[in-house]
Amino acid sequence: MTDILRQLEDMRAAARAGGGARRIAAQHEKGKLSARERLDVLLDPDSFEEYDMFVEHRCADFGMAQQTVSGDGVVTGWGTINGRQVFVFSQDFTVFGGSLSEAHAEKICKVMEQAMKVGAPVIGINDSGGARIQEGVASLAGYADVFQLNVLASGVVPQISLVMGPCAGGAVYSPAMTDFIFMVKDSAYMFVTGPDVVKTVTHESVTQEELGGAITHTTRSGVADGAFENDVEALLQMRRFFDFLPPNNREKPPVRATADAPDRIEPSLDSLVPSNPNKPYDMHELIEKVVDDGDFFEIQPNYARNILVGLARMEGSTVGIVANQPMVLAGCLDIASSTKAARFVRFCDCYNSPILTFVDVPGFLPGTAQEFGGIIKHGAKLLYAFAEATVPKVTVIARKAYGGAYDVMSSKHLRGDANYAWPTAEIAVMGPKGAVEIIFREDRGDEAKIAERTEEYRRKFANPFVAAHRGFVDDVIMPSATRKRVCRALAMLRNKRLENPWKKHDNIPL
Amino acid sequence: MFRKILIANRGEIACRVIRTCRRLGIKTVAVHSEADSGALHVELADEAVAIGPPAAAESYLKIERIVEAAKRAGAEAVHPGYGFLSENPRFAEALEKAGIVFIGPPMRAVHLMGDKIESKKLARAAGVSTIPGVDAPVADAEEALARAKEIGFPVMIKAAAGGGGKGMRIARKAEEVGQSFRSATNEAKSSFGDARVFLEKFIEEPRHIEIQVFADKHGNTIHLGERECSIQRRHQKVIEEAPSPFLDEKTRRAMGEQAVKLAKAVDYVSAGTVEFVVDAKRNFFFLEMNTRLQVEHPVTEQVTGLDLVELMIRVAAGEKLPLKQSEVRLKGAAIETRVYAEDPTRNFLPSIGRLVRYREPKGEGVRVDAGVREGDQISIYYDPMIAKLITWADDRPTAIARMRAALDSFVIRGIAHNVPFLSSLIAHPRVAEGRFTTNFIAEIYGGGWSPAVPDDAGTRELLAVAGAVHRRAVEREASISGQVLGHEMRLAEDWVARLGDRDHPLAIRPLGAGYAVIGAGGGDCRVESDWRPGQTLFAGRVDGAKIAVQVARAGSAWRLARGGTEIVVHILTPRAAELAALMPKKSAPDLSRFLMSPMPGLLVSVAVKAGQDVKAGEELAVIEAMKMENVLRAERDGRVGKLHAQAGESLAVDQPILEFE
Repeated sequence: MTDILRQLEDMRAAARAGGGARRIAAQHEKGKLSARERLDVLLDPDSFEEYDMFVEHRCADFGMAQQTVSGDGVVTGWGTINGRQVFVFSQDFTVFGGSLSEAHAEKICKVMEQAMKVGAPVIGINDSGGARIQEGVASLAGYADVFQLNVLASGVVPQISLVMGPCAGGAVYSPAMTDFIFMVKDSAYMFVTGPDVVKTVTHESVTQEELGGAITHTTRSGVADGAFENDVEALLQMRRFFDFLPPNNREKPPVRATADAPDRIEPSLDSLVPSNPNKPYDMHELIEKVVDDGDFFEIQPNYARNILVGLARMEGSTVGIVANQPMVLAGCLDIASSTKAARFVRFCDCYNSPILTFVDVPGFLPGTAQEFGGIIKHGAKLLYAFAEATVPKVTVIARKAYGGAYDVMSSKHLRGDANYAWPTAEIAVMGPKGAVEIIFREDRGDEAKIAERTEEYRRKFANPFVAAHRGFVDDVIMPSATRKRVCRALAMLRNKRLENPWKKHDNIPL
Repeated sequence: MFRKILIANRGEIACRVIRTCRRLGIKTVAVHSEADSGALHVELADEAVAIGPPAAAESYLKIERIVEAAKRAGAEAVHPGYGFLSENPRFAEALEKAGIVFIGPPMRAVHLMGDKIESKKLARAAGVSTIPGVDAPVADAEEALARAKEIGFPVMIKAAAGGGGKGMRIARKAEEVGQSFRSATNEAKSSFGDARVFLEKFIEEPRHIEIQVFADKHGNTIHLGERECSIQRRHQKVIEEAPSPFLDEKTRRAMGEQAVKLAKAVDYVSAGTVEFVVDAKRNFFFLEMNTRLQVEHPVTEQVTGLDLVELMIRVAAGEKLPLKQSEVRLKGAAIETRVYAEDPTRNFLPSIGRLVRYREPKGEGVRVDAGVREGDQISIYYDPMIAKLITWADDRPTAIARMRAALDSFVIRGIAHNVPFLSSLIAHPRVAEGRFTTNFIAEIYGGGWSPAVPDDAGTRELLAVAGAVHRRAVEREASISGQVLGHEMRLAEDWVARLGDRDHPLAIRPLGAGYAVIGAGGGDCRVESDWRPGQTLFAGRVDGAKIAVQVARAGSAWRLARGGTEIVVHILTPRAAELAALMPKKSAPDLSRFLMSPMPGLLVSVAVKAGQDVKAGEELAVIEAMKMENVLRAERDGRVGKLHAQAGESLAVDQPILEFE
């Protein structure tokens, strides 16, 4: 009897050894942790329940029958982060290069199905050389099974991908369909075709890092949502991020204790907006002075920086923040920023997270690059996302809210629940100067007259009161009281119920 | 007494004057430029008058506008503060003509003391000690030797046309005079085309000590003791104190008497300061007289218990000085540090921007003279001084201790500032010993300043604070809703503080209202504080001793700063610490040599030329996009190479504007 029990322990020890000490050392040499080490940092101590430790591949070709490793290159199971349930899979590069076999895929699918059943998020750690070539089409089928589950789980439980090594070819499409992708600088990369193929086909010379490194995907392509210095930093930040995440599509976001008073007044916000309408200011300051403890987890901080999106808390409860950033491109909407914000708004709506929007938008970015790039359809995504969202929507117009962009930015007309404006708000079809040049076309040459008309227009329309007269903003509020007013609005909306008409699914302009 | 006073200044001094006026029941009128329309001094005053565009030359220096403002507001007197028009005879004249009292000295005295050479002659005639020397050029080495013997060694031989240390030689004994004379003459000739040289006593280990004098219109003149202002950086005073730790009673009295003599000689009225240079043997020599209220006047106020602004107002209104020389009592010690918007780690480059967070220190014996609030802008137009921090106590060591504590809890965010530098400075042992000269800063920070690594005791305290802070943060995290029932997060006791490459195992346990942090840098600490996550200042006690630490998140690490020292520390589970040790050390990324346009827009201006050296933070170019001007600044020091774009050009995203060498 004891022998049998000991045998189990031996088998477990063998499985835990993964690809063996030598390969683990090689992994460390590359600055990477092993699959299990990563889970040690990510999950609460001693909380990991592993599944399918003894699963092995079923391939007999190319001498594979002689090579089996328990677990088959991926560690799966569930654990907790600050006591909250999370399902995980962590690819083990030390076993067959983390390559995806049929069995490997089955393990991933199993935890995803469980996660959907119990309503807990999934965090996937990607570190894989790609398909298990020896298995041929079975491996491809495995990928497709994972893709299918990614899609079914989308909007049911949050899915997060942490890319900590190679992720190339078809493999990229699993992270691509999850809610968030985070990467580690220098050791992670993602691309559909690697530098060698690129060279042959297009004659472009490019390194792995340039083509698909963390910097590329967080600054140029917008594929990834954040980049971290190393594995440990990335995993610790995932713990912080996870605390913001709602568990699923049926429950409310988590609530955490805070000592930050909901009626905290911030006198300095009264001087945030400069008196010169052409001077920028940093929207981060507004966000950080309004949310609990100044704690804002920004998504895609270095991509489409003219809009800020991220998660924060109000009175302990998660809210999604969307804000125009006047420091970059005057905070205008363009293709990249519309797409970035639209995706984030839809994430919030999926998982019952209220959306707090701060507006200072002069309009859409003009230019051939934008029009040829399809700003019409991309801009529509953000409009669509705000319009379809049924979660509580609170909007604060800090300064400019011009033209169509005003409508887009969670306006009252798109079922905004509480829409406030600062006294500095200018809600109008366009800036005073542009408006006057159109209305008084005949005065165009006469600068004095134009200046006079501009002033007149400014007095009349560059304020929040025209909109307030019509009820398009619910109140004009003191900037210093923003936190208090937003907390009250969110408190009022806690039991909001709103449903869209039944549909199979919508048809967002993609 | 006046019923209404206009303050012809801005910033802290305007606020300072307004506060005294309020206490005296006098109405105040502020003047302000366009940039200052929302400034604190405008808010504090009873009335405010706009006087022009931001540039001082078009506002705070515009005599007509200020006089006009005073007339219109019905101000009976004007307090000029310091700087701007405080020593401008035309301003005083214009006020006189308008029948408005100038709260300051008579212009004759200002004029007489305004000329460096004349003031020295006048001082000598009044029996004030001046630096021994000869006013006429010396003809040859022989004459130089004879004169040097009269003056007494060491002597300085300096070029008549000199400046910047060129054509200056020191002779410490008779044998050196000949050689020094020749090289000074040669250098003077080659550098300035003028071989004439003078002789002057060379002051060894000079200290800058000044005497505050006060006179009324009834012939009463007193002095209020000295201020030690030796701690300077490039002739800019950084720390001032009263009394000087260096003077003895005899010297103090002698300096005070001479200062009064000089004031009397020029029929001085109001507040004035007589500056002396004092050598290692406590010989003192007159330098110049400042005919205004000094920036550092608060230290005199704290040790004398007088309000100098009040005295100025009363004297200007014709009242007699309320006290005689024999009634002047100096009690305790006071220190002032000047908080500037400048980056000590980047060669004190001025920093501008918004005071995103601004919290002044409070406490017993702490005074802050400031003209700003949280959210105010530090602009390019005016002096970069943010505030003056003054502490006082019955004795100097306590005043210094209070200054250290006050600096530690001064919260300023949004711009670079010199508080950590001031903290380092005030913590220097030579400051405690009072052993410094005007070269002090150059001697100890000649190679630049950067935050220091704390010593063992400091590390231990900061690690203990880090442990307590982290524990509070994880307690907060563990309070989250939605945990698996029966399997909630349990907080561990064992942690590792990872500081650079070194691991310090810690045990952190709740203890009373705080924590016991066991093993912090080799010792056990009891930490108490009501700090909560999100707060920038940790105020509490470590082993019963008060401590204030600036706390910020740096990724998953904590950045803690105090007393000019700083640590960045991770508090990790033992397992995470073990794995963190495996992480690669990355060198700083190679920043591109190109300055690229961050957006499509119009290049409005390029502020630099090819071959020019630039400092980090310096403006390089301005791009207008969406009708907004965006200033591009140098990310690091370097030299500009080729320019790729010109002003007026339209730029695409990532189009190179210039290249660094």
